[in-house]
Amino acid sequence: MRVKQYTNKWGIDMIKSLFDIEQNEPLASGIYRLVLHGDTSAITAPGQFVNIELEGRFLRRPISVCDLDGQRLTLIYKTIGKGTQQLGIMKPGEKLDLLTGLGNGYNTDHCGQEPLLIGGGVGVPPLYLLAKRLVAAGKKPKVIVGFNSLQEVFLEEKFRDLGIELFLTTADGSYGLKGFVTDAMKLCGRYDYTFACGPEPMLKAVYTVSDVNGQYSFEERMGCGFGACMGCSCKTKYGYKRICKDGPVLEKEEIVW
Amino acid sequence: MVNTTVCLSGMTLDNPIIPASGTFGYGAEYAQLYDLNLLGSLSFKGTTVEERFGNATPRIAECESGMLNSVGLQNPGLEAVCAHELPALAKVFHKSVIANISGFTVEEYVACAKAMDEMENVGIIEVNVSCPNVHGGGMSFGVSAQAAAQVTRAVKSVTTKPVYIKLSPNVTDIVEIAQACEEAGADGLSLINTLLAMRIDLKTKRPVLANKVGGLSGPAIFPVALRMVYQVYSAVKLPIIGMGGITSAEDVIEMMLAGASAVQVGAANLKNPFACKEIIETLPSVMEKYKIESISKIIGGAH
Repeated sequence: MRVKQYTNKWGIDMIKSLFDIEQNEPLASGIYRLVLHGDTSAITAPGQFVNIELEGRFLRRPISVCDLDGQRLTLIYKTIGKGTQQLGIMKPGEKLDLLTGLGNGYNTDHCGQEPLLIGGGVGVPPLYLLAKRLVAAGKKPKVIVGFNSLQEVFLEEKFRDLGIELFLTTADGSYGLKGFVTDAMKLCGRYDYTFACGPEPMLKAVYTVSDVNGQYSFEERMGCGFGACMGCSCKTKYGYKRICKDGPVLEKEEIVW
Repeated sequence: MVNTTVCLSGMTLDNPIIPASGTFGYGAEYAQLYDLNLLGSLSFKGTTVEERFGNATPRIAECESGMLNSVGLQNPGLEAVCAHELPALAKVFHKSVIANISGFTVEEYVACAKAMDEMENVGIIEVNVSCPNVHGGGMSFGVSAQAAAQVTRAVKSVTTKPVYIKLSPNVTDIVEIAQACEEAGADGLSLINTLLAMRIDLKTKRPVLANKVGGLSGPAIFPVALRMVYQVYSAVKLPIIGMGGITSAEDVIEMMLAGASAVQVGAANLKNPFACKEIIETLPSVMEKYKIESISKIIGGAH
């Protein structure tokens, strides 16, 4: 493992640096919480992500920022393939090489006083820092989180601790409301803006149900994660965008399905 | 003090390290991280006459020691590149660049070459012959000696800048194609482009890439690239820019011993955005370790 640290002298965009693992524990079925300590100065907005180098894996693994507290960075990830499984067995005290400050993140200035945050599965984590920032800004966010089943539910208590209204759905009805996040959208009352993160079918359903403006965070297989390779491009009403650099968050009005 | 300078068709490079086309955009993302002027040169994103979105996503897959891409030459088109990207690049990179051009007809290659000929900061025109030839039945220009020679002649006739043909490894005999390009007047060769490859997702039981197949790059292809550079060096007199999976100063030396006059670093930049900088910084000490005083003296040294 390299120990050399780099910083970006302009203080913008990304930083490549080593982080210490403080905690790496299962949170739900196949879901882990990773708490890291290091230089978080490049992270400027909720909804941004980091790209993690793993020994023996050629490409880094992009994971969204769940929480940020000084130099402490919390990520929540699902073990899906070999890379994330490898990450799952790493221990406190070990180090990880991260590119931080990637992506545009959510812009919290664009919403009104009563935004609705909607997350599905591993799309839920970035909404936590977003909710925290919105509360700090004096806004009154509501949150809808959707999971497949009780075994996969996480972050419920953390959201409740923020003192905000939370609606929880499971597809199989094993916990919370039975159904999808869009079912909860019909019950949650007034909202003037939406922030969404989750699998594309969920985003599309939210887009269709919601009649207010909003920001939607997309997922795509990435090469570099910092805008160089054009691996994750998408078409928008305002031209081609790179999910990693010009996204992952797109404004509702620019989305082309 | 070791000497890292090399020369490509009259263009002197402070060191032989050049970021490879398609992994470095037009330099902007990396210019925020380090001073690009430490690079030998820079081969910018493959440019076509018309703007291109490229292929559907997913365009990226991974494998042991490498990656696959099926980006499909996404670029803003010749006019935008000449009007915006190259002037912007010239502000942060004060050396000559390598203009990587692509086309689906001979006329498109010619149009790109003509435009690049007029750009002051273009030192070399690198012709990517891996695109399908729409008039030749969709087969890539680079898989036929005749088609590769035809593109070479056409491009040479419209520019006074050195023309390097970037060869595809997806051929039976790369030497034959290299020789055809040499006879057609090429000033140099770049090799290799990516190797055609695929991955299948076991969960969906479908190809990972939307395009089904893509180009393999990264350390997995280094020995193949090395072998092809070695073979081509034996058969032609042209300078060669060697590329394919280079990630370290040791790889640079190995590639130059095989016959490369300079190298390009591609996929390594995507994993480590500081890859070129690190290779350039470690090259002198690695040269000292292997008792190499001047890097240009080792070109083809393994023959």
